[in-house]
Amino acid sequence: MSRPELVAPPEIYYGDIEAKKYTKNTRNQQIQADMTYRALELLNLPPDEPAFLLDIGCGSGLSGEILDEEGYIWTGVDIAPSMLEVALEREVEGDLFLQDIGQGFGFRPGSFDGAISISVLQWLLNAETSHPTSSPPHRLARFFTTLHSSLRNPSRAVFQFYPSSDDQIQLITSIAQKAGFGGGIVVDYPNSKKARKVFLCLYVGGGGGSQQQLPEGLDGEEVDDSKVRFERRRERETAKQGKRGNVKDKHWILKKKELYRKRGKESVPRDSKFTGRKRRPVF
Amino acid sequence: MVRLITHNLLACHAKGCTTNNFPLEFKDVQVVLRESEFNPEFLRGFMPKIEWPALLGAARELGDTSLPDQLPEMLDDDFLKALHHVLLEIHVEEGIMICPNCQHNYPILNGIPNMLLAEHEIA
Repeated sequence: MSRPELVAPPEIYYGDIEAKKYTKNTRNQQIQADMTYRALELLNLPPDEPAFLLDIGCGSGLSGEILDEEGYIWTGVDIAPSMLEVALEREVEGDLFLQDIGQGFGFRPGSFDGAISISVLQWLLNAETSHPTSSPPHRLARFFTTLHSSLRNPSRAVFQFYPSSDDQIQLITSIAQKAGFGGGIVVDYPNSKKARKVFLCLYVGGGGGSQQQLPEGLDGEEVDDSKVRFERRRERETAKQGKRGNVKDKHWILKKKELYRKRGKESVPRDSKFTGRKRRPVF
Repeated sequence: MVRLITHNLLACHAKGCTTNNFPLEFKDVQVVLRESEFNPEFLRGFMPKIEWPALLGAARELGDTSLPDQLPEMLDDDFLKALHHVLLEIHVEEGIMICPNCQHNYPILNGIPNMLLAEHEIA
């Protein structure tokens, strides 16, 4: 597994080229979309109220597009200007902010109905300078306290992230709890190397009678979309067919004629039951 | 794409700037209007969060006077449409947002406000 957070800080790592690459990669799009849907599921918002969400580390808007589709109104923050530029090109609906989440948010208390964050938290775990405000615990504390105050009561924040050790998980959850959040870690497919996903589910409020319950992680047989899809089916089907059909069969001819008609070519013969049939010898 | 919906939630977050840090004032703004889908349920749900005087001030500053001085008791369709227009269709593309307390400038470029702080301003 690659660890880009160890290479350079996010605003430098995701420069113009890397930002484009990241956004265009269809496999990456698929993974990001799946995780966004799962995060929304974990967010457990009331179904028919349109909510106002915060997308932390929105990047090029891969997750934001899904929020748009699902009818949420959202605001995104990210530290990489190149990623935000790509997001602008993709014309996502949400408001975008160039912001370092480790410096904290300035949103008024109770602004958002929920927050999601896909593959971001691990970026907060590296110190870029020796200044005291640059240490990971300080940045995490600032991030979680300002986030806690900007969320409505009751609400949830769901973070998908890639921890590299249990210590990191421990550090993040303890700081989140100090900031006033309840909740904890949900691990999907804990026994799979590839499909394993770590979600941090945090709650604001929700005390009293109905204590918020930590959802179960997905388990069992993973739905494996991670390789090229339908590869096996394609193999099976080509094997079943034996050999490929004739190159210029009826289907092919019809397709070509359709194409010529669409292009406006004149004198394309009309289709009949004789189209593509073999002319038998007269004798 | 700073819409007034987010402007109405945004306060200054520089170190030590905790009072009188809302709303941020606009300066040298360029405004673009973009239509978006009217969603009355969302607006109704969002109403309690709005800081009305701040929204009113910002809207007037940007040249929109369709909102009434006082928050009306009855939320009729005309009012919600005006509110929708102000909250979600006015986009500030270029300009500066200034904190009324510490005078920190948050420049807006291409519709994206730069909220980064210098090292000495981080709380």
